[in-house]
Amino acid sequence: MPVNLPTSVEYFRFLPEIILTIAGVVIMLLEAVLDEDRKSIFGPFSLVALALSLGAAIAASSDPGTAFSNMLIIDGFGSFFRVLVTVVGILAVFSSMEYLAREKANGGEYYALILFSIVGQCIMVTANELIMVFVGLEVSSIASYVLAGYLRDDKRNNESALKYFLLGSFATAFLLYGVSWIYGITGSTNLQLIRQSLEGAGAPAVAVTGAAAALMFVGLGFKISAAPFQIWAPDVYQGAPAPVSAFLSVGPKAAAFAILARVFMTAFGSISARWEPVFWTCALATMIIGNFAAIQQTNIKRMLAYSSIAHAGYVLVAITANSGIGSAAVMFYMAAYALTNIGAFAVVTHVARKGEKYVEIEDFAGLGQRMPGLAAMLTIFLLSLIGVPLTGGFFGKFYIFKAALDSHLTWLTVLGLLNSAVAAYYYLRILVVMYFKEPGESTADLQPAGATLSIAVYACALGTLILGIMPGWVLDLANKAALK
Amino acid sequence: MFDLVLFLPLLGFLALLALPETISRKAALAISVVIFLLSLGLIGPVTANPGEYNFVTNATWIDYPPIHYHVGIDGLSLWLVVLTTLLTPIAILVSWKYIDQRVKMFYAFLLLLEFGVIGVFASLDLFLFYVFWEVSLVPMYFLIGIWGHERRIYAAVKFFLYTMAGSVLMLAAIVYLYNLTGSFDYTAILEQLQSGRAVLTAQAQTLLFLAFFFSFAVKVPLFPLHTWLPDAHVEAPTAGSIMLASVMLKMGTYGLVRFCLPLFPEAAHKHAPWIAGLAVVGIVYGALVALVQPNMKKLVAYSSVSHLGFVVLGVFSFTQAGLDGAVYQMLNHGISTGALFMLVGFLYERRHSLEISAYGGVATPAPQLAIIFLITTLASIGLPMLNNFVGEFLVLQGAAQANFAWVVFAAIGVILSACYMLWLYQRTFYGRASHELSHHMPDLNTREWIAALPLLILMVWMGTYTQSFMPPISAQNARILEHVNKGGTALAKTPMKAPAVKEVADAR
Repeated sequence: MPVNLPTSVEYFRFLPEIILTIAGVVIMLLEAVLDEDRKSIFGPFSLVALALSLGAAIAASSDPGTAFSNMLIIDGFGSFFRVLVTVVGILAVFSSMEYLAREKANGGEYYALILFSIVGQCIMVTANELIMVFVGLEVSSIASYVLAGYLRDDKRNNESALKYFLLGSFATAFLLYGVSWIYGITGSTNLQLIRQSLEGAGAPAVAVTGAAAALMFVGLGFKISAAPFQIWAPDVYQGAPAPVSAFLSVGPKAAAFAILARVFMTAFGSISARWEPVFWTCALATMIIGNFAAIQQTNIKRMLAYSSIAHAGYVLVAITANSGIGSAAVMFYMAAYALTNIGAFAVVTHVARKGEKYVEIEDFAGLGQRMPGLAAMLTIFLLSLIGVPLTGGFFGKFYIFKAALDSHLTWLTVLGLLNSAVAAYYYLRILVVMYFKEPGESTADLQPAGATLSIAVYACALGTLILGIMPGWVLDLANKAALK
Repeated sequence: MFDLVLFLPLLGFLALLALPETISRKAALAISVVIFLLSLGLIGPVTANPGEYNFVTNATWIDYPPIHYHVGIDGLSLWLVVLTTLLTPIAILVSWKYIDQRVKMFYAFLLLLEFGVIGVFASLDLFLFYVFWEVSLVPMYFLIGIWGHERRIYAAVKFFLYTMAGSVLMLAAIVYLYNLTGSFDYTAILEQLQSGRAVLTAQAQTLLFLAFFFSFAVKVPLFPLHTWLPDAHVEAPTAGSIMLASVMLKMGTYGLVRFCLPLFPEAAHKHAPWIAGLAVVGIVYGALVALVQPNMKKLVAYSSVSHLGFVVLGVFSFTQAGLDGAVYQMLNHGISTGALFMLVGFLYERRHSLEISAYGGVATPAPQLAIIFLITTLASIGLPMLNNFVGEFLVLQGAAQANFAWVVFAAIGVILSACYMLWLYQRTFYGRASHELSHHMPDLNTREWIAALPLLILMVWMGTYTQSFMPPISAQNARILEHVNKGGTALAKTPMKAPAVKEVADAR
């Protein structure tokens, strides 16, 4: 068998990951030699790396194809998510810089971990075969576990990291077990080949493939916090540093959704009659558990964690639809949700202040009077999470439920929409506290947000509004890049 | 031209956010008056051609799925738009002194509300309609929640959740219609359904009708979905109550006439009996509850439940008179109930109480206020020569053609309305005024007169010279009914051909 050395085109398609890896390694090296007071350059440095990688990802999207012996596929779908997770990385860095300075934890490893995590996510979303899925997932996850426990003297951080790590590695084991079953059944890890061998005559027994698919769903279901694998999310998001929670709730999740959609819509397309009912049930359960648990919360980070579970449920509805527009809806929704959620967490990061003292919902009392600008931005994010028109969240929901109706999931649509009405209740509670309550001591000495955090907040708000008022552009991209 | 009327409030909202706090109320008043004057320019062309959409703008908003910015004004929406533009400056005038905190945001939200409501009345694209429907929710939520009374938070959240829960089902129905017809455009969908190119099964039509109907019924509000209304009204600031009662409730009844009837005529006919039954129950129930209220605002709020029952009854009579009366009654209720909330607000500003027992003998220190209140009360009761009489008469006439039993019960509501309103007037204005009350009860000032006068003029004008307002309404209603009663089994035993306006004139 001749050795196929990768061509330059293939390296070009992999350039974003290369840039990020090099930048991450450079940061780690510099971390060892730089003086303490010069470590503030890591933030801007990683921003430059992310911007370069974003440019490379966009450039690569114009020339779709595979790389490295068909192991990666840089198609529209993969490119869309690669751009998305890189943008998420940029916003996460912007919202972290002030936080790290405040907590006096301005270490380079934080940024290096974020970059490595994004590398893993980029590999996941462009993976064309199951080993790459696993490699990407592990790179992304291990970096995320460390990030969750970044402030190592903080008890809550430790709890968060440990829970995330133990449950996460347990779930990854399921995924790997599923991968090995698939390999055993089909003799391949390539998604297209798997699809072919599962179709037509001579296909293995559905029970066996179904079991393998179920094992993989357990692993990926954990990453997207779908019920019944959502237990970890509230504890992890509550305990982790606020900017890390923001990152965890969108970046790894978007990548996991991408790979879930890709694996199940392509590789397992022929047994869709088997997995669709399971997804249907999971989607509904996830929405209901997320929304009804969120109603009870008093801690805003925990509430946002449950809300992110509920939103995972909406996205699962789109995957259940199992159609081209369904996958387009997943893309659009994740984009809208990413901007909205990072923005919301950025505001939380600022209000929480040193040591995350103020993270109760009541601590937002009077924010509307003390910080009208910041409160207005949070209002936009919350309205987007509710799904009020003229915000990205509304269009995202609209496309998801449109996709579901297209696929005749009428009851799931109706129940999902009613769920989103329930969700309005707990988001409104924050608005109530912000605008209708008198300012308390928690907002008394709140200083205006610094430049970097403001950039993150305003950029997210602008993006949320653009996706809500002029969604055509992103939707076009999503429709062109749809999986089917 | 109409686009200007629609978008000026939005521009005003943005401008107010940018302008300094000190001039915001003057700026808001100026902007809203300009909008009102501009909207008067709509009347001529629309009256000349009421059966068609005028001032149509149809531009692509989103390519795929094809969502258009498609707006237009016909005889049905014309007066509702003008009512909105008229009441916004009045609401601003009423709040002039009363709102002293976060002034800028208050007026900004009033203008945003105006934007949303005008958009609802003019949208010809179902998606756009839904967008405006939800957008109008947000400013009202803040108006109640920030500037309301003690239980404002509860009321604001309840208001938001009720409307939201109702409207998500409408969204599902809109998407279903899109999947069926490939368009969100109301005129295109209607055309396809009427020409038979798109066919709904009976079951689908029923479900879609109910999805639309439910979201409108929450907004109207139809008994038994009305419970958010007394809370919202009592807790809202005066301007909020005025806009809520006069304009926002009409969004629901407008939706019934504009969408529910033409899109799903068979289902509408099929479900008319129990809907009309609920309307009648609402009329009597609202009136009975209003009778025993110790709180003025709550009394007026329950009277709204009763009055809106007439509107729904008229709509579901499927007769020309009933529908004309219903639409006319929407305007009447907007004017007379808007005025009542304004006057209750004047009383509250003076005495800081909404309890009827806190008043008595107000006529002595404030005779002008008493006279205006009396005229408004009489209008609200439905005294001939004043506006509500025309609407209620037509509704009862139309309902009688459909089912006489409804009229018997609905007429009880008319009598009861006289009871609770006159009793309210007696307890508040007659008797001996306590020294303390007289001390706090200056008569109307110029600003308050300016706010009240347009409404008083309209009460008399609409009650005596119906001809100025009714023709465009009738013309459009005739078109709607022609289609609605064609396929379905009309409930009307003797369908009316001639526009009802003439009969009113004869009756007088």
